[in-house]
Amino acid sequence: MARVTPIDTAYFKGERAGDFAVIGSAVPRSDARGHVTGRTVFFEDMTLPEMTHVKIHRSTRHHALIDRVDVSGALEVPGVLRVITHEDVPNNWYTVLRLIGVGPDDEPVLAEDRVLYRGEPIVAVVAETEEAAREGAARVAVGYTDLPAVLDVEEALADGAPIIKQAGTNHFVYEGHHCRRIRFGDVERGFAEADRIIEGRYSSSPIEHAPTEPTGCIVVPQGDGRLRIHTNTQAAFFTLDNTALILGVPPTSLRVVGGTVGGGFGGKVDVIVEPLACLAAMLTGRPAKYVFSRAEEMQVSSPRAAERISIKDGVMDDGRIVARKITLYVDAGAYSRHSPYGTTKAAAHMPGPYTIPNVHVDAYCVYTNRTPSSAMRGFGVTIGDFALESHMDHVARELNMDPLRLRLKNAYRDGDMKAHRKIASGTALVEVIQSAADLVGHDLPPEYRAMSSTERSEG
Amino acid sequence: MALRHGRGYAAVNYPTGMNLGGDPSQALVHATTMGGFVVTLSSVDLGQGLRTVVAQCAAETLGIPLENVIVDTADTDTGPHCMGTFASRGTHRVGNAVIVAAREARDVMLQVAADELEVDAEDLETDGTGFVRLKGSSEKKIHISEVALAAHFRQGRTISGRGIFLKEPSTPVPETGEMDPDSCQAHACTVAEVAVDDETGVVEVLRLYNAYEIGRALNPALATQQVEGGAWMGLSHALFESTEPYYPHSREHGPVDFTEYLMPGPADIPAQTSVFLERPAGNGPFGAKGIGEMTANAPIPAIANAVYDAVGVRLTSMPFTPEKVLRGLDELRAGRAG
Amino acid sequence: MPSTIVTIELNGTDRELIARPSTTLLSALRETFGLMGAKRGCAQGGCGSCTVLLDGRPVVSCLIPVVTVDGSAVETIEGLADGERLDDVQQAFVDHFATQCGFCTPGMIMSATALLNRKPDPTRQDVTEAICGNVCRCTGYEPIITAVLAAAERRRGDPAVPTPTVPTPTVPTPTVPARPAPTEAEV
Repeated sequence: MARVTPIDTAYFKGERAGDFAVIGSAVPRSDARGHVTGRTVFFEDMTLPEMTHVKIHRSTRHHALIDRVDVSGALEVPGVLRVITHEDVPNNWYTVLRLIGVGPDDEPVLAEDRVLYRGEPIVAVVAETEEAAREGAARVAVGYTDLPAVLDVEEALADGAPIIKQAGTNHFVYEGHHCRRIRFGDVERGFAEADRIIEGRYSSSPIEHAPTEPTGCIVVPQGDGRLRIHTNTQAAFFTLDNTALILGVPPTSLRVVGGTVGGGFGGKVDVIVEPLACLAAMLTGRPAKYVFSRAEEMQVSSPRAAERISIKDGVMDDGRIVARKITLYVDAGAYSRHSPYGTTKAAAHMPGPYTIPNVHVDAYCVYTNRTPSSAMRGFGVTIGDFALESHMDHVARELNMDPLRLRLKNAYRDGDMKAHRKIASGTALVEVIQSAADLVGHDLPPEYRAMSSTERSEG
Repeated sequence: MALRHGRGYAAVNYPTGMNLGGDPSQALVHATTMGGFVVTLSSVDLGQGLRTVVAQCAAETLGIPLENVIVDTADTDTGPHCMGTFASRGTHRVGNAVIVAAREARDVMLQVAADELEVDAEDLETDGTGFVRLKGSSEKKIHISEVALAAHFRQGRTISGRGIFLKEPSTPVPETGEMDPDSCQAHACTVAEVAVDDETGVVEVLRLYNAYEIGRALNPALATQQVEGGAWMGLSHALFESTEPYYPHSREHGPVDFTEYLMPGPADIPAQTSVFLERPAGNGPFGAKGIGEMTANAPIPAIANAVYDAVGVRLTSMPFTPEKVLRGLDELRAGRAG
Repeated sequence: MPSTIVTIELNGTDRELIARPSTTLLSALRETFGLMGAKRGCAQGGCGSCTVLLDGRPVVSCLIPVVTVDGSAVETIEGLADGERLDDVQQAFVDHFATQCGFCTPGMIMSATALLNRKPDPTRQDVTEAICGNVCRCTGYEPIITAVLAAAERRRGDPAVPTPTVPTPTVPTPTVPARPAPTEAEV
């Protein structure tokens, strides 16, 4: 009944063995009935007596020292119950990937003596209603002394750039290196041997996940003293463990309930709303809700990082790429979040699904005075693929060669050594190219038609 | 001034799973009194259909009807650890953990059934309709509800299983970048056909053709949802999306709502023609690879390359706004004139 | 300004509430009546997740002060099904895999319902115009358009055949593993 993409069983025939009863069947979604009746319960689909609401006063500066924070105006707003500053946060400094050993803790839950981006949270206001919380947050007064802001990844790394991070560098340090490095073969020798050098430079802007459901949570104090956190996090224990560490409470005092999310796309893996909502609940003894407004979702929640990627290829006239050098900058914004990992993932992805004997990659995770970026669908790869595949087209045009034949000629196969020194297996680039050529009637000569990911037959 | 047509190609691969730090997920399976099987997780369904696919993995492994499987997920008091739903890991990691747990539960189920039927467990099989039966016999059989009742009230056994899948940590070698960052790789090739208005600079994507190699389509309808929705997101990224339209020069003019943050609406979508290839991954659940993220990637360069094919402008900066197309056309004309 | 008593006909039943001037129809539905089907996606009228029918017209309930709709009829997603029996639009969304995360679904279905009530035989363009104010970030819209057109056919009593909107790829021996949808009894 539903439109289902057909499976072309002509490819990898021998490997597709398996007789299944349920696997491979287009069974209906178990959640569809709930979705179409409105019965699916998202985190915000509850009303609780005595619910409080959390709103944030945010930095209006890109980079500044905080001279003064005056919360008296907020406290005068009828319905405002509490304000929360960094002094109320038991362990104010954190970084989400510390659970797998990434450091240092480089981000405050609430700003202390300085702000590193416009939109950085400074004071949380807890109130009886959303309106009162919003009004209270607006009435907080902050005095700043502006500092020079760094808004460009290459300027951030230039000599004499203002250092914005307390760790002392405007880039993440990978085991003593400025960047995540891939070194495979001898790229300079490859360039010397090549018939021609073809270069390109590609870039992107920050991109928002734009889930229809905003990021948020509701925290409910329980009779046994624990906190039950209803959240749309993409990672329940990630949220639980990081929240417990920030609050300085045993992890057993928290319970995360979720699992039904109105779109994530990577935007709901930062642990941003839960710690402050828990604090609000602890300080008031009442349920607390903290949900991003759409404007916060768009401008304050982590976007997909902007990247800037330079590619230099050494190419033979017959289409073989013999050397590829890549310099890649990830704009992490003000804080690490998941970007050090994403940058490594970007480096590992290079030089794309091609077997190139000489590869040199420098992938920089760079800090700037803008909204911290973080994970998004295709993390570390999406923008890299834009650069790689645009460049492949550029190379094909320069050589006056069919773009699919260029890719087939260089495609990685089973048994090839990747630039990060893992032997390739289960490859299928050749076949998806052949299949796509079929879909559009793109003619491939017999020798390209005969190519296979499982064996290298051509010279 | 005219609409000019072009075709562009892109081919990509995509890693399954989060590398480097150790990437685990766990699952528990147990039978209820009358033969329901509960899969308990802390994993999150973002809308990709994890609950449905996980139930399929459990039913297939247990050899029971899908309707007998209940998936209870994302309560940290009851569900064992899951790293989270990201990095195209959910189906691969959680599916594998569920299979391990379901196998253990199946072994107990067959042993309980064997004791009830007074045969050897190795001689039993499940028929997928709810019976455990003696291989080759149509009479010697017992329904799983009877098996579960016997386990609870006569034999004193828990029909249950525990499962974990762990991608072990891999620390990159600092000098060379040597590492093991993935479990498997999925593949895609996109062909985009566009029309470029050389007067306004507006790019319209007319058709997308996609070939995806996804290991195994555990549920082809859900896989179709992923690839179609993902390709739409790629198209959206390519032509429209940015929170900072003047990046990196200015932080101003950032969109704050859906009327400013542009995405293609239902009238703006291209016809999509897709095909799946299956090269099962040895370490994937029934061979499946992670595909949730890959599907947004190939359309972006395919569209850029199609624009080049149409008008000769090499777009090197995302998104591909009419302004960038027009500036590119101006440069071409200036170059020709000079 | 003082609170006032507002009466609305909600899914066929007259209901009263005490509302402040700033109380939106969406807040009244969710917080007063506990109907959580309409979603708050942006509170700016930009996403359509809160769409309900007001005297038969689709509206974004987050922008409507409830005091301004005193005496009106309001229909929400909760009012569509007949007990456990889904209506044609709901069933078509299930059958055609037109939901992923499900957050936009109630609003999308209400927009589609308004269209089909007004125009039983819509064109594809009618459908895309009817749902153009409803943001979906997951599906790419095609399955939703297919589902709405199929629902229109069902309502007209035509055979429940989906309108083919995507050409079939020309590949050798495509196999589409299919499993019949569960019967009413299985669900």
